[in-house]
Amino acid sequence: MSAVVKLTDVHKSFGPLKVLNGVSFEVGRGEVVAMIGQSGSGKSTALRCINALEKIEQGSIEVCGHAIHGEKLDKRALRLDVGIVFQSYNLFPHLTAEQNIMLAPTCVKGIGRREARELARDCLNRVGLADKAGHYPEQLSGGQQQRVAIARSLAMQPKVMLFDEVTSALDPQLTGEVLRVMEDLARGGMTMILVTHEMGFARKVATHVIYMRQGKVWEVLPGHRLNDPDTPELREFIGSDL
Amino acid sequence: MPSFGLGHLWFLLIAAGWTIALSAIAFLGGGVLGFFIALARISESRLLRGLSGAYVQLVQGTPLLILLFLIYFGLAIIGLDQLPALIAAGAGLTIYSSGFLAEIWRGCLQSVPKTQWEAAECLAMTRWQRLTRVILPQAMRIATAPTVGFLVQIVKNTSLASVVGFVELSQAGKLINNSTFQPFAVFLTVAALYFLICYPLSAWSRGLERRLNVGRR
Ligand SMILES: Nc1ncnc2c1ncn2[C@@H]1O[C@H](COP(=O)(O)OP(=O)(O)OP(=O)(O)O)[C@@H](O)[C@H]1O
Ligand SMILES: [Mg+2]
Repeated sequence: MSAVVKLTDVHKSFGPLKVLNGVSFEVGRGEVVAMIGQSGSGKSTALRCINALEKIEQGSIEVCGHAIHGEKLDKRALRLDVGIVFQSYNLFPHLTAEQNIMLAPTCVKGIGRREARELARDCLNRVGLADKAGHYPEQLSGGQQQRVAIARSLAMQPKVMLFDEVTSALDPQLTGEVLRVMEDLARGGMTMILVTHEMGFARKVATHVIYMRQGKVWEVLPGHRLNDPDTPELREFIGSDL
Repeated sequence: MPSFGLGHLWFLLIAAGWTIALSAIAFLGGGVLGFFIALARISESRLLRGLSGAYVQLVQGTPLLILLFLIYFGLAIIGLDQLPALIAAGAGLTIYSSGFLAEIWRGCLQSVPKTQWEAAECLAMTRWQRLTRVILPQAMRIATAPTVGFLVQIVKNTSLASVVGFVELSQAGKLINNSTFQPFAVFLTVAALYFLICYPLSAWSRGLERRLNVGRR
């Protein structure tokens, strides 16, 4: 099986600060990869590089056949294949939940308004918010906003979804509702890379867990083995989290 | 010697109409020009950003009076001295307004968080789509109040158009005063007419600001 996402020896700095220092990993179709690690270890940067939001200095990244590091990268074609959800939701505040979801399908894919509305209802349904279609973001709780953001991304039918600490801004009870949506997605066969601090969730859902440390992939292990890591650093990291 | 009477008041009212017309030209012309300059100010091209930035600096750094002189006499030099005063004054005020409106609107565009651009980009929207469908609608709500506020400044600044021979409200007051020598009555009336034009605009601006503060962002 060929990899959907493949990073090879990726280097990335911000000025003098080396953030990614030779990162390599692969994600196969339908796999769920959880990225964990201390704050500042480069997890968000890695996701942003995968989606070509940041330029890399060295190494290569292939995503669904797009060469991210290449000169001829078609960013829009890449973004049609990759969905990303941020910690801060980033919904469009001037649009309702439904309009947030309809916007890209109508103006990017040229889908008709009626069809797009049906698509939006469908996606809202999948995240359990069928009744919130007409609500503006500020009228929704954090958890609901985050689920709308997931639905907005889903509506573009991406082949890979990236999640950057999507529950970090939420109360514990709101975290649960978002994690359930992500678990459903994983069960449905979506290829996912998620940065998370939810160790329980990573253990339950992740095919693999990647432990990032000092800009490197320090350890990779199957999700179910998360409480039995090989390196003392990961053991300590997990210990500090429990 | 004639004293200030109904005939004069009629003359002032007509001049007030010219003040409004000139303000409208300045606002519409300056708005269109200023909009494109604001876009250039936030463009991805360094050249466009530099050129538009220089334009704004130049316009904002030049007194309107000098701008009007430059246009009036500059056009005369290239043989356009038959130009109606309205055109010369309109051009000067258009350039003046474009410099300030561009800067007001650039600020509004940039006050929309970067993450909004990014979210739209990640949905495969083109830069134009991001701008028109995501950023502009948000920037416009922020821009409304300061824009109307600037409109009031334009109305008051049209009084400088008299230097190119345009008879607007202030100039009309001066002319009447020259024949009646009743400065108090004349200029009080002129001031009242300015107030009648500007007050609704200020009130509208305050209303918009209130509504936007209470309403959604
Ligand atoms: N645009 C940027 N400019 C400069 N430095 C940056 C930029 N983005 C990230 N950094 C720095 O890069 C380092 C890695 O950041 P990154 O956001 O990838 O970490 P992270 O693993 O996601 O951390 P967290 O768990 O806190 O989100 C940090 O030290 C951060 O300050
Ligand atoms: Mg991060």
